Amino acid sequence: MAWWAWVIIGIVVVLILWFFGIYNGLVRLRNQVKNAWAQIDVQLKRRHDLIPNLVQTVQGYMQYERATLEAVTKARNIAVQAVGQGPAAQAKAEGELGGALSRLLAVVERYPDLKANQNFLALQEQLTSTENKISFSRQFYNDSVFNYNNRIQMVPSNIVASMTGFKQGEFFKVEEAEEREVPKVSFEQPKPS
Amino acid sequence: MGILLLAIGFGLGYAFGNGIAGLVIALAIWAIMNLVAYFQGDSILLGISGAIKVGPDDHPRLYNVVEEMKIAAGLPKMPDVYIIDDPALNAFSTGRDQNKASVAITSGLLEKLNRDELEGVIGHEVGHIKNRDVLLMSLCSVLLGTIVILAWYGSRALIFTGGGRRSSRGGGQGQIIILAVAIILMILAPIMAQLIYFAISRKREYLADASSALYTRYPEGLASALEKLGAATGELKSANQATAPMYIVNPFRPQGRSISDLTATHPPLAERIRILRAMAGASYADYDTAYQQVHKGGAKGIMPATALAGAGAVGLRAAGPESTTRVPEPSRVERAREVGDLLWQKSGYKFIDCECGTRLKVPSNIGRATIKCPHCGRTHNV
Repeated sequence: MAWWAWVIIGIVVVLILWFFGIYNGLVRLRNQVKNAWAQIDVQLKRRHDLIPNLVQTVQGYMQYERATLEAVTKARNIAVQAVGQGPAAQAKAEGELGGALSRLLAVVERYPDLKANQNFLALQEQLTSTENKISFSRQFYNDSVFNYNNRIQMVPSNIVASMTGFKQGEFFKVEEAEEREVPKVSFEQPKPS
Repeated sequence: MGILLLAIGFGLGYAFGNGIAGLVIALAIWAIMNLVAYFQGDSILLGISGAIKVGPDDHPRLYNVVEEMKIAAGLPKMPDVYIIDDPALNAFSTGRDQNKASVAITSGLLEKLNRDELEGVIGHEVGHIKNRDVLLMSLCSVLLGTIVILAWYGSRALIFTGGGRRSSRGGGQGQIIILAVAIILMILAPIMAQLIYFAISRKREYLADASSALYTRYPEGLASALEKLGAATGELKSANQATAPMYIVNPFRPQGRSISDLTATHPPLAERIRILRAMAGASYADYDTAYQQVHKGGAKGIMPATALAGAGAVGLRAAGPESTTRVPEPSRVERAREVGDLLWQKSGYKFIDCECGTRLKVPSNIGRATIKCPHCGRTHNV
C-alpha cells in the first residue's frame, strides 16, 4: 500500500479511539449522576423511617401541638408516595416535609422535659445528621448533574453525545421559600387549652 | 523525585564501577519501600498513634459528620473512623485509596470543636482522601527516604573507596568531571528532594482546605477550627517526622512562622485562616482568588488546573437561617464527658449508674461481684 493509505488508516484509528474516550467519559459522568441520585434516595428513605419514631417520642410531651405533629405525619406520607416520581415532584414533597420538620423542631424549644429526654436527644442527632446528609447528597447530585450537562453541551463532546443519545440531567431544586423559611420561635408560655 | 533517585542510583553505581547495577539497586529499594508503604502504611500509622476504632453508636456525632462529608465528597465507601486518646489537638487521614481510607481525630480536638468546626476539619481530611494525597505523600516520603539513604551510602562509598577508580584506569579528565558531578548530586539531591517534598505537602494542604470549603459550603467552620488549633500548644505524642504531612496542622512546629519558610510541611495557620475568611464563594476558583488576595504580590494561584477546570459557581451556605433551625449543641463540658466516657468504655470499663446520681466506672478486671458506691454507700452488682 502507498504511504498515504497508512496515514489515512492511522488518522481513522486515532479518531475512533478519541470517540471511544469521549463516550466513556460521558458514561462515567452519567453513572456518577445515577449513583448520586441513589444516594439521595437512601437518605430520604432514612428520613421517612425516622419520622414515625420521632412523632412517637414527642407525642407524649406535646399535648398542645397536635396540628404541628399531624402536619409532619401528613407531609411524610405525601413524600413517601412521591418516591420514584422524578426529581421535580420529589423535591417539592421533600421541601414541604423539611418545612414541617423544622417547625416541629422549633416548637420543641418550649418543652424542657423533652429536651432532657435521652431517647429524644439521640433521635435529634440522627435527624439533624439525616437532614445534613440529604442536603450534602443533593449538593453532590447537583454538582454531578452540572458537570454532566456541561460535558453534553460543550464542543467536542456534544457531537458524541447527540450521536449516541445522551440526555441532560435534571437538577434537584428545593423550593427556596420553604427551605429558607425561618420558623418563628415564640418565647411565650404555651396556652393551656 | 523519581528522576533524582535514578540519577543518584546511577551516580552511586558509577562510584562502584557500574552505573546499571546502581540503577537496579535504587529501583529495587524503591519498589520494596513503596510496596510496604502502599499495603501497610495505614495500619502502621494507626498502630503508632494508638488509635481506637469508633462505630456509629460509640460517638454518633463524629460518625455522622464523617458520613456527611463522605457523601458531600462522593467517596465510594465510608472511611473508618478512629479516635486517638491524646489531649493535643490534631486530626489526620490515611489509607491507600478511596475504598480503604481512615480518618482519625484526637480526643482533645473532638472535645473542643462544635459541629460546624468538626465538619470543617473532617472535610479537610476527607478532602485529602478524595484528592489521593495520602498515596501521593507516602510515595513522596518513600522516595525522599530512599534518596537520603542512597546519598548517605554514596557519600561514604566515595570518601572511603572513591579514589580507587581513578588510579586503576589512570583517570581522564572526563572521568573526574563525571565524578565531581556525582558528588555534587549526592550532596544536593537530598536537600532538593526535601524541599520539593515540603512544597508538595504545603500545596496539598491548601487544596484540602479548598476541598473542605467546597464540601461544607461553609469555610468559616474550618477557619474557626484552625483558630482553636492555633491557640493550643502541646505536641502530639505519637507523631513523627515521616507522618507529619498527614495531620491537619503540623504536630511539631510553633505556629506563625513566615510564609516563605521552605521547610514547613504546612502553610502558616494564620494565612490559611485569612484565605478561608476571604472566600466569596465555596468553589476552588473562589479559594484561588482568595489566595491571590492574601498574597498581594505573587499573583499566581495555588489550585491545580484540574481542580479549576469545569467547576461552576458555588454559593456559600448562610450561617443564619439554617443554624437557627439547628438543634442546640452540646456544651463544652458535655462534649468532654461524651468523649471521656467513650474512651473509658473502649478500654473495657463498665458503667453503673447509682440512684444518687453518681456514675461508677468499673474496670473489667475488678474481680469482685459487688461494688459500693463511694458517694452514698449503696451496693451494686458488677
